Amino acid sequence: MFREITLGQYYPADSILHRLDPRVKLFGTLIYIIVLFVASEPISFGVITAALICIIVISKVPFSYMTKGLSGIVMLLVIAGVFNLFLTPGIPIFKLGPLTISDIGLKNAAIMVIRMVYLIVGTSLMTLTTTPNQLTDGLERSMRPMSKIGLPVHEIAMMMSIALRFIPILVEETDKIMKAQMARGADFETGGIIKRAKAMVPILVPLFVSAFRRASDLAMAMEARCYHGGEGRTKMKPLTYTAADRVAYLIILLFLAGIVALSILL
Amino acid sequence: MRSMINAKQLTHEFFRRDEEGNVEGISVALDHVDLDVEPGQFIAILGHNGSGKSTLAKHINALLTPSEGTLIVDGKDVSDPANTLDIRETAGMVFQNPDNQIIATVVEEDVGFGPENLGVPTDEIWQRVEAALRGVGMWEYRSHSPNRLSGGQKQRVAIAGVMAMEPKCIILDEPTAMLDPDGRAEVIRVAHELNEKKGITVILITHYMEEVVGADYVYVMEKGHIIMDGTPTEIFSRVDELIAHRLTVPQITLLAHKLKMAGMDIPDGILTREELIRVLCRLS
Ligand SMILES: Nc1ncnc2c1ncn2[C@@H]1O[C@H](COP(=O)(O)OP(=O)(O)OP(=O)(O)O)[C@@H](O)[C@H]1O
Ligand SMILES: [Mg+2]
Repeated sequence: MFREITLGQYYPADSILHRLDPRVKLFGTLIYIIVLFVASEPISFGVITAALICIIVISKVPFSYMTKGLSGIVMLLVIAGVFNLFLTPGIPIFKLGPLTISDIGLKNAAIMVIRMVYLIVGTSLMTLTTTPNQLTDGLERSMRPMSKIGLPVHEIAMMMSIALRFIPILVEETDKIMKAQMARGADFETGGIIKRAKAMVPILVPLFVSAFRRASDLAMAMEARCYHGGEGRTKMKPLTYTAADRVAYLIILLFLAGIVALSILL
Repeated sequence: MRSMINAKQLTHEFFRRDEEGNVEGISVALDHVDLDVEPGQFIAILGHNGSGKSTLAKHINALLTPSEGTLIVDGKDVSDPANTLDIRETAGMVFQNPDNQIIATVVEEDVGFGPENLGVPTDEIWQRVEAALRGVGMWEYRSHSPNRLSGGQKQRVAIAGVMAMEPKCIILDEPTAMLDPDGRAEVIRVAHELNEKKGITVILITHYMEEVVGADYVYVMEKGHIIMDGTPTEIFSRVDELIAHRLTVPQITLLAHKLKMAGMDIPDGILTREELIRVLCRLS
């Protein structure tokens, strides 16, 4: 039941997008999210859609991979859409019994749904084309200025990459513990939510014990290999910008400028 | 020649504490241990659970410091915190559980972890990673995820991770305890190769008697003491003593010992099947 968790689902392929520096992709995703929430005119959404389609084609990742994330939020989308549709005041354009759809309601609902869908598709496009390691490296480098104000940037990045390594191991372990307890008659499938939650307690205890033991072993192994924080550390795979990365930055900035110009002019 | 590892009256006490943190009792994990290892030797340390083997190993890597006595690793005193990083670079350590010592999500990145911590320049990290992975025969797996490797392969990656730091000495703390017989043979073979080809001092902690056979010198520990030491032939000549300490003896050695007891003219301390065959052929 825990096997479906796919964190940092990377889709290996040879595309320009895969080869871009993770910092560029992080920056691009940030701009994309901002733009998505700034845009409110149909023309802006047209431009965003065109850009999104271009990037999807360039990425060489099958479209179905990007929509996987959507299935989890379908209910949320429907509920949010329906509320926006019927409960926004404005000029009524459609009446059905006590329910009224206003023009603003229709627009709001459409924008809401488009934003959510684009958000999922766009961000999964980034994780699909970037390996977890590149992602944490990129985060570490992009957030480096924050270490001046006391944010432990290196430590956060190290924690993220260790978590990525150990999640599959812990998932497997959970599976093993559950099977072992099911073999002894534990029941995780029937009963109400409280009963099922109670059944999880005997899993969590051994899981935590083993996770802490692993953590202490790992800390010792890291120390034995001379780990002493980020200071004086070199990188096996340092991030360096190429010409393609600079062009990508330029395109991202032009895109941002275009959307801003559109929303000011209209 | 300067010795690689020199312990004099090395003692380590663990304090057992109750819930409030008051000392309830003291367990002496190492009790006045003397030990001397020369560079390039292959040393095996034997002993039951709780005999203090891991505690000794952790001292050599400066993960623990002595309560009493001294331990000098390659001329540096482990008690001095200023030496800690140097000592860890000199004496690398491989642990028992392969899963809990691999840090990265890709094999080559894990091997590069040590050199990264040492501040080795990028180009040289790659050279060291390649040499280390080739040395343990795992170069083809460099871009694999450690999660999909067998236990023996994981331990070889862990050994490569230590080798990439270019240590003079490598301590293997029961590296084969969680492996199947094939994995065990793999790891022991790699340890011997490193010792022979690169001249690296190897300290192998184990409780499999068969793994001790190829060592230059053996220490047997019990309750924090070294109770026996000598070459494998010397140690395994003392079959009755070993059995009295509830230590098993390699099957071949036991067979030779039984034959000798039955009146055959066989020397003590036969370790390999070939040796026994040669002796038996000479008899007839
Ligand atoms: N962190 C600790 N705190 C308290 N006591 C400890 C600690 N670590 C080890 N000990 C005790 O020290 C003694 C020696 O332990 P050590 O782990 O060195 O044995 P070992 O020979 O490596 O055994 P094994 O074969 O099980 O690995 C044991 O009695 C153990 O209970
Ligand atoms: Mg031990």
